[in-house]
Amino acid sequence: MPIDWQTFRLTLELAFTVSVILLALGVPIACWIAFSRWRWKFLVEAVVALPIVLPPTVLGFYVLVALGPRSPVGRWWTSLTGHTLAFTFAGLVIGSILYSLPFAVQPFAASFSAVDRKLIAASATLGASPLRTFFRIVAPISAPGLVTGVALSFAHTMGEFGVVLMVGGNIPGITRTVSIDIYDRVQAGDYAGAHQTALVLLIVCFVLLAVVYGLNRRASVIYPLK
Amino acid sequence: MTDIRPATEVAENSGTVSPRGAAHLLANFEKQLRSGDSDFLLDVEFDVPPGFTILFGASGAGKTTLLDCLAGLATPDLGTVSLGNRLLFDSSRRTNVPTAHRRAGYVFQSLALFRHMTVEQNVAYGIAHLPHHERSSRAHSLLDAFRISHLTRRKAGNISGGESQRVALARTLVTDPEFLLMDEPLAALDAPTKARIMEDLREWNRAHGIPILYVTHSREEVFALGERVIVLDGGRVLAQGTPHEVLNAPHMETVAQLAGFENIFDAVVEVVRPERGTMTCRIPGEAGGVVLETPLVRGGVGSTLRVGIRAGDILLAISPPTGLSARNLIPGRIQSLEQRDVIVSAQVRSRVLMEVHLTMAARDSLGLVPGKEVWLVIKTHSCHLMRR
Repeated sequence: MPIDWQTFRLTLELAFTVSVILLALGVPIACWIAFSRWRWKFLVEAVVALPIVLPPTVLGFYVLVALGPRSPVGRWWTSLTGHTLAFTFAGLVIGSILYSLPFAVQPFAASFSAVDRKLIAASATLGASPLRTFFRIVAPISAPGLVTGVALSFAHTMGEFGVVLMVGGNIPGITRTVSIDIYDRVQAGDYAGAHQTALVLLIVCFVLLAVVYGLNRRASVIYPLK
Repeated sequence: MTDIRPATEVAENSGTVSPRGAAHLLANFEKQLRSGDSDFLLDVEFDVPPGFTILFGASGAGKTTLLDCLAGLATPDLGTVSLGNRLLFDSSRRTNVPTAHRRAGYVFQSLALFRHMTVEQNVAYGIAHLPHHERSSRAHSLLDAFRISHLTRRKAGNISGGESQRVALARTLVTDPEFLLMDEPLAALDAPTKARIMEDLREWNRAHGIPILYVTHSREEVFALGERVIVLDGGRVLAQGTPHEVLNAPHMETVAQLAGFENIFDAVVEVVRPERGTMTCRIPGEAGGVVLETPLVRGGVGSTLRVGIRAGDILLAISPPTGLSARNLIPGRIQSLEQRDVIVSAQVRSRVLMEVHLTMAARDSLGLVPGKEVWLVIKTHSCHLMRR
C-alpha cells in the first residue's frame, strides 16, 4: 500500500492545533508556576508533570471516560453539539493537549523562572502593568523557552499513539493518525508501507526539530540569557 | 554621645527649596525576614527630605529590603510609608499602592537594563503612555543630559559599565519620579567616572528637588553626596543626621568600622573625672597595657567600652615631646612601614599595636625606619568611645 497522505495531513493538523492551544494555555499556567508564592504550588506542578510518567493508555482511558456520555463534561458537550466527544477530532485534540501539557509548560516555566527578577521589578517601578511586563520583558527574554515548548508539544503530538488510540479510535480521515496507520500496516503484514510511512514521519520530525533548534541558537544570540 | 541624635528623632527640613513643595518620604515600618534559618527583623523609622540622603550600612543590614519596601516590591508586616500627603502603604488601613503606581524611581545595584532592547527603548520604556513626539523629545533630553545620545541605537547589552550606569539613571529619571531609590548604583565605577555621573545627578536634582535615598558603603560617597546620613545596622536605624555628626562621632562599633577607624581596642574605665569631662581607660596589653585619657561618657568605673582612634589622628615624635596639650603620650617602636598611595602607614608596637598614618615628607624628615623608637601623641578627643 502506498503512503496514506491523508493521515499525514490529519496528524499535522492535530499537532498544529494542539501546539497553538498549548501556547495559549501553557503560558498562563507556566507564569503562575514560575511566579506564584503559594505554598502548595508543588502539587499543581506534580499534576502538570503527571502525563510524563503515566502510560498513555491510562491517560487516554480517563480522558475517554471523562468525555463519554456518562460524565458531566460529555453530557454538556452532547447537549451542545448533539454528539459525544469520544472518537472525534475535537476529542483527540483534548486528549493530546493533556498528554503534551508538560512538554509545553515545563520549558515555558523554566525560562520564565530564569528571567532576572530585577528586570521584572524594574519594569514595575517604571510604571508597567504585569501584562506589559510579560510581553515586553519576560516573553522576549524567554523566546528560546517558548519556541522549545511549542516545538516539543508539536513533535510529541506528532508521535503519540496510546492516547489517540484510546480516545480517537481508528477512523480514517477523522482520527487515524500516522502512528496508528503504521501500527495497522504492521498488524496487516505491510512492512514496506510501514517502513515508508515511518521514514517520512522520522524525516518530518527531524526537519522540524532541526529548524527549531537552529532558530533557538540564533534567538539566544539575540537575547543572551545571563 | 551628645552630638548624635537618637534614631527616632525626626530631622527638621534642611531648608532645601523644592519645586514639588518639599514632600518628605516618611517611613515607619517593620518586616520579618527569613534568610536561611535565621530570622531577622527590619524595624525602621526615618525621614527623607528632598535632596540626597545616604543609607549607610554593612551588607546584611537590610538596606535592599528597606528600599524594596519603599518601592512596593516587598510588603512590610506593619507600619506606614508616605510621600508628603500621599499614603503609599498603611497596614492598618490595608493600603498598599502597587509598585507601578508609586512613582518611585529605583536604580538597582545590578542596573537591570533591558539588554534585549536598544538604549533608546530602555530610556523610553517608562514613558510609553506619552504621545510619540513628546516621548521621543523627553527621552532625548535625558540621553543628552547624561551624555549618552551617541548610544541611542545600540543594544543595551553591548555598552560599557559607565555607559550602562548612565542609561539606568536616564531610564529612571525620564519618568519624572516623585522619589528616588538608588542601591549602590555606582559601585562598579572608577572614581573619575563616578564623580562625573554624581555631578550630572546633582545637576538634575537641583531642578527637581525630590527625596533621594542613596545606598552606599563608601565613605567618600557619603561625604561627597550626602546632606544627610541614615545608618542602618541589624535591621535598625542606628543614627541619622549630617555625615559629620554621624560618622565623626560614632557610638556603636559598626559605625566605627564603617567610618574607618584603623585602631579599635577594648578598654576598661579606671577613673572618672566628671568635673573635667574626661576619664581614664586602660587598654589591656603587654606589661599592663596602655592608659588613655578619653572624653567622658556614661558608664562607671570598671565598665568596658571600645575605643576607636583614626590612624591619621595620631602624631609621631622621635624624641619625648614637652609642652603639649595632648594628654596621651605613649612610647613605642616602629615595627613596619608601608606606603599606600600617597600616605605611609606605620605599625607601631607599644604595649599594644597601633596603626599611624603620616605623609611621605614626615617619614623622610624624621628618618623613620622599622625599629626606630617613637612617641605616639593622641588627643583626648581623638579617642572615640563606643558601646560594646
